[in-house]
Amino acid sequence: MTSVLYDAPGPVARRRERWGSVIGSVVVLVLLAVGAVAAARNGVFDADRWDVLYDPPKQTAADVWRSLLVTGLGATLRAAALAAPLALALGVALAVWRSTRLRALRIPAVGVIELFRGVPVLLMMFFALLALKLSSFEAVVFGLVVYNMAIVAEILRAGLAALPKGQAEAAYALGLSRPQTLFTILLPQAVRLMMPSLVAQMVVLLKDSSLGFIVGYQELLKVIQNNSYFYGNNYAFALFTVGTVVYLTVNLSLSWFARWLARRTSAQGNPEAVAEAAQRPGTGPGADAGARPV
Amino acid sequence: MDAVFAAFPTYLSGFAVTLQLTAWSAAIAMALGLVVAALRVSPLRPFRFFAAAYVEVLRNMPLTLIFFFAVFVLPQFGVIPPLGFWTAVLCLSTYTSAFVAEAVRSGINSVGVGQAEAARAIGLTFGQTLGEVVLPQAVRTVVPPLINVFIALAKNTSVAAGFAVVELTAAGRRLSQGNPSDTILLLVGVVVFYLLITIPMGVIAGAVERKVAFSR
Repeated sequence: MTSVLYDAPGPVARRRERWGSVIGSVVVLVLLAVGAVAAARNGVFDADRWDVLYDPPKQTAADVWRSLLVTGLGATLRAAALAAPLALALGVALAVWRSTRLRALRIPAVGVIELFRGVPVLLMMFFALLALKLSSFEAVVFGLVVYNMAIVAEILRAGLAALPKGQAEAAYALGLSRPQTLFTILLPQAVRLMMPSLVAQMVVLLKDSSLGFIVGYQELLKVIQNNSYFYGNNYAFALFTVGTVVYLTVNLSLSWFARWLARRTSAQGNPEAVAEAAQRPGTGPGADAGARPV
Repeated sequence: MDAVFAAFPTYLSGFAVTLQLTAWSAAIAMALGLVVAALRVSPLRPFRFFAAAYVEVLRNMPLTLIFFFAVFVLPQFGVIPPLGFWTAVLCLSTYTSAFVAEAVRSGINSVGVGQAEAARAIGLTFGQTLGEVVLPQAVRTVVPPLINVFIALAKNTSVAAGFAVVELTAAGRRLSQGNPSDTILLLVGVVVFYLLITIPMGVIAGAVERKVAFSR
């Protein structure tokens, strides 16, 4: 491993690292084993804590899985799928509003962004629920949308700022108007540049949909709780495990997608290099991208 | 409007709980996150692997799920975490430690390899290289994202409202359920208190970023 902290290891260091790795693995495995044994002693792995997943007492296993994956995960995804496009669209609108040249016009946009960025999503959901009298589903979507649109607007602002000045200048020189420049030249590039951050933000949005649990929306976590009340609290751990696996599967695939996008984008000119190039006159967007180690 | 002024003591006590949650969780998350970050840059593969798994799992898990585990699942095994405040601190600091570790790790990795190579070439020991060359540069890159992590933590303390901790958001909910006619104003009051925490922290992060900005 080449790292800022160590030289590339020689034969002696490599041997030492091999031994260290073996000992380290043993330490980690022993710790995990101790945890597992302690858990087993507490009955974590007993069949009567898990059979809800394959042979539940009062219903069929299909009922349990349907309630978890169709009702629960479905509700989570429905809230996220409605909130994500709304947040993206409103975020673009806010970013455009924030980039107007007139200061007086820009200030309200800055205010809206700073306000919604600084307030917890859960509070916005309560606001929708208690003050605006929305249903719990609408409240969840409302909270997710107002928070994430502010973040999306900030991400796009950073993307616009990272573009080389020459892009806008060339567009004006061709005689394009300001809106034309923004919508056909600058925004498409900013969106592409910030695509990894935007996808990562959608993971956050999906995670935050679990706050529906607190405002009474029947999403995955709430369904898990209902199931463990219905079948008995001794199944709480099994059901929780299913919930964790489902969340990790969905979010990790999205995160890996974001990372893959970032790698793909960086092959064509990485954001940092573009940002740096933007500060120097006379260099284009990926002009020195290949020269910089990423 | 009177309802808002009458609610002032409730706001203040909620605000105090939110601040305490933030401070305790920040301190514990910082300590835990530094350990995980150290494991993540260690030369030993199993430690790196363990730390990477820890960070990846926690970052992709909703905070609500962690609270759910501590409040509803752990008691099933006879582990009964102290209710309310300290359970919330436990969940918040575990969750945040993954983000701290990630910020610190990317800060260390942002220091140019040539810096450490040059330090070793002039004969500095590992400790000197780390203490005199790498860390001082890493700290500059780490501080602004770290402040952002703690801003997110301050907002995340609101999740504790769903699990029997009466902090700012829970106080706001109680107040507005008690005075249905003034709901909007009462919740706007809560918003103001959150902004009192998050906006100054954001300003500090921005100022630090500008102050330590340097080209490599």
